[in-house]
Amino acid sequence: MSLWSRLINVVRGERLDRELDEELQSHLDEAVEHGRDPHEARRAFGSTLHQREASRDLKLLPWLDSLRADGVFAWRQMLKKKPASAAAILSLGLGIGACLSAYRLIDALLLRPLPVSEPDRLYAVVRRGIDDDGKPATGDMWAYPAFAQMRAAVKEQAELLAISYAERVDLTYRSDPEMEKACLQYVSGWMFPAFGLRPAVGRLFTERDDLKPGAHPYAVLSHNYWSRRFGRDPNVVGRTFRMGTHLFEIVGVAEAPFTGTERGTATDVFVPTMMHPGATKSDWTWMRTLAVMGRGVVVEPVRARLHAVSRAFEEERAKGFTGMSRQSIERFLDLTVILEPAPAGISGTQQNYREALLALAVLVGLVLLIACANVANLMSAQAAARAREMALRVSIGAGRGRMVQLVLAESAWLAVLAALVGGLFAWWSAPFVIGRISSPDNPAQLDLPMDWRVLAFGLTLTLAVTFLFGLAPALRASAVKPASALKGGDNPHARRRLMQALIAAQVAFCFVVLFVSGLFITTFDRLSHRPLGFSPERVLTVEAVAQRAQPPVYWDQVADHLRNVPGVEQVALAGWPLLAGRAWNGFISVNGAPPGPVLAFFLNVSPGWTGAMKIPLIEGRDLDANDNTPGVALVNQAFVKEYFTHGERAIGTEFAKGDLKFRVVGVVGDAPYRTVRESVLPVAYVPFRALNDKGVVQAASTGTFIVRTRGANPLALASTLRREIPRARSEFRVSNVRTLTAIVEAQTVRERLLAMLALFFAAVALLLAAIGLYGVLVYSVLQRRREIGIRMAIGAQAGDIARRIAAEAFAMVLAGAVVGVAGGMASARYVESLLYQVKAGDVRMFAVPALTILAAALVAAMPAVIRAVRIDPVSALRAE
Amino acid sequence: MAKTDSLQGSLDLLVLKILSRRHPLHGYAIMSAIQEISGDVLRVEEGSIYPALHRMEEAGWIQAEWITKPTGRRARIYQLTPDGRSQLGLEESRWEAVTAAVNQVLRMA
Repeated sequence: MSLWSRLINVVRGERLDRELDEELQSHLDEAVEHGRDPHEARRAFGSTLHQREASRDLKLLPWLDSLRADGVFAWRQMLKKKPASAAAILSLGLGIGACLSAYRLIDALLLRPLPVSEPDRLYAVVRRGIDDDGKPATGDMWAYPAFAQMRAAVKEQAELLAISYAERVDLTYRSDPEMEKACLQYVSGWMFPAFGLRPAVGRLFTERDDLKPGAHPYAVLSHNYWSRRFGRDPNVVGRTFRMGTHLFEIVGVAEAPFTGTERGTATDVFVPTMMHPGATKSDWTWMRTLAVMGRGVVVEPVRARLHAVSRAFEEERAKGFTGMSRQSIERFLDLTVILEPAPAGISGTQQNYREALLALAVLVGLVLLIACANVANLMSAQAAARAREMALRVSIGAGRGRMVQLVLAESAWLAVLAALVGGLFAWWSAPFVIGRISSPDNPAQLDLPMDWRVLAFGLTLTLAVTFLFGLAPALRASAVKPASALKGGDNPHARRRLMQALIAAQVAFCFVVLFVSGLFITTFDRLSHRPLGFSPERVLTVEAVAQRAQPPVYWDQVADHLRNVPGVEQVALAGWPLLAGRAWNGFISVNGAPPGPVLAFFLNVSPGWTGAMKIPLIEGRDLDANDNTPGVALVNQAFVKEYFTHGERAIGTEFAKGDLKFRVVGVVGDAPYRTVRESVLPVAYVPFRALNDKGVVQAASTGTFIVRTRGANPLALASTLRREIPRARSEFRVSNVRTLTAIVEAQTVRERLLAMLALFFAAVALLLAAIGLYGVLVYSVLQRRREIGIRMAIGAQAGDIARRIAAEAFAMVLAGAVVGVAGGMASARYVESLLYQVKAGDVRMFAVPALTILAAALVAAMPAVIRAVRIDPVSALRAE
Repeated sequence: MAKTDSLQGSLDLLVLKILSRRHPLHGYAIMSAIQEISGDVLRVEEGSIYPALHRMEEAGWIQAEWITKPTGRRARIYQLTPDGRSQLGLEESRWEAVTAAVNQVLRMA
């Protein structure tokens, strides 16, 4: 019979037994029919049970059958103690689920190759050097002319691709008021062929679509966007949209699932790099450079070539630098070009979340280990309770392998059920995390497929977990010595030592989890309580655009109109909101001196901006309606401290950024400019009204209205403002409305996420470790009942007993804590880049987790101590 | 029963041979046939014929089916498969080679 029928027979073992019995019985009946004596026939036949077993083993797979039997037995064992099993499954499930979830995120963001033809030949061209604070830094920004030279230099060995940072832009498909957001990337025309991508409809770009600046107003849509926005309408080819002053024609749709090279963001629209306004500018770095290596090309010579070309380009450019110190130029030229393998693309989300995700993965891994240790102890204690049963099995001939299998079967049930719980948890939690790091203005989009990669990881993890917590108890159970076990005198200390070691390990892991979580929580706390210097409450930032640039006077008219909207308290204008991530900087010279090495930052604002932001004016006056750029400026205190080192009076001092000259008319309070993480930068706030070198007023096409409202919920005014702005002047449109609070909170998304998850897992780790300690202590007291009874009978006081039990507990906790502190110190180095104003060496950072664990240990030890001192020596000694 | 030991290897041969000559038979009948034809010299240990039958069934030499006998009792009857027939040829020639060799030793020694 085939393997299949043997497999089937394993499942229907009972039916097989019945058939065999019937056949053997028919033999005996036949014998009787032939006139033999029934007793004689039965004797002659021998043991039917023996024959049946012999035939049965032939008809199925004996190993599988025994596995099935053990599985069924283990299932019943598990159901016998539902609460303990449920607790084990839940804690393991949470651990497995969290690990699986972490893997899904890491895989989706960092590991999974891009859906392009040969992702392993993809490299990112980046520059490594020293940043302004003297720390090593990597930059991936390039100017197009430098890119063009590099591309030409390595043409034979590799194809270089220019790909801009994905950005959210305003598109208009039909009439003007219907402006919509889309995520856009400028890409080299030859990117699609280099990636081996095919069109879903229409055509994709080729080299010919990317030759002359401004001459190729074509667009390719991503499949995702095409489905979402156009319902896969094939007639989309030939449609046009307006972006800024350009009208683009859609020529095709790229095949799924390609959505750009930035993991974490899904690009909707691709346009040729030649359509970018910076395509010819040597000093505008707006794109990344990717390299597709030729087959069999060695990387190092290509890198060296790129480095030489890039350096020559920058040296040539540096000759034209004015207003920059020698030192800055040196540092700038000392950058080294490197090629980093980028099979998964390159994106800000990756750079931002790589370390955070890895740190989280380690934390949840530790939580899983803690859960494993708990279940191992549980199984160990149960195995001890079943020592006699095991001994009986061994003495009637069960082999060692079979005993291991018996105990492992139970572990496997726990692990499989836990894996199911974990799978559900991961199914829910990975998208939840993505949801947390996503915001309306910066939507995080990450495909989280549940495919063979995830499945394989889940299976491996489940298997590893089974062995991790099941093997030690299984081996121990199989090594049972029947003689001593049946006598009831197995050495209980050996088992307890293993359990104690596991508890110490749990405490160590728990300490590391608590310590690292503490670092993350403190970081978030420091960041969110950092003094801002302005008041974000009740402020709306309204980003407005005009299709054609509008003179400042029209912008002022709109601002005036908004001031009359009910509910509005103050209105001011700025180039962009503080903390929106944008920057405008340059080296400045003070009072005609040569420029220093420190960059100054700029923001153009209208009169009344400091008032609307509630930034205190410390000295001098605010800007007024007659002030222009260049002309006068407000500077912050950091600016004064940085550039006026000799105690000069700031007011009235002149400084210049290149050709732009400014006189300081006021000093305002410090406020973070780009991010809340960096120290306050020297910032000059210059008038929104700008003049060109001929003294003509410059028009602006974008600006942000800072609207301080009266109501508690500023967003209530959002739709009114959207309506009122085009009403004030029909050229203006609202591109985006955000509360300033939301902008500030967006700064700490990663820290909030880390703190939230770390807090959750620290609580789980602590709970699990406490349960583990509680369980082992109670077990230990049960085991030592006789010993304690004897001690009490010969006069030990309750205090002595309590001290004994507590000493046992604290020896474990202390041993674990010592290892944990070492682990914490070692781990702190790896998470340093994620921290803000927290020192890992800080005693407080160690004290809090230590005290928490100590408190938890006290609570966990209490029931065991109470149980121990309540032991009645008479009954304890009589029981045996 | 010492004599079955020497027959252990030849039980398959006997069963296959019996089944090749007759209609499908059940276990008891096969056993009786061996006993009868050998003039009561060869006695198969009754129980041990079943594991042997099941082993040959697994090997695909014989196949079995349940029938209901005229008396109303069910019985499991076995018959030879084509595979079994070629196996029988193999076993027969092996048996002849062995007996010839043993005979030669008896004659020559």
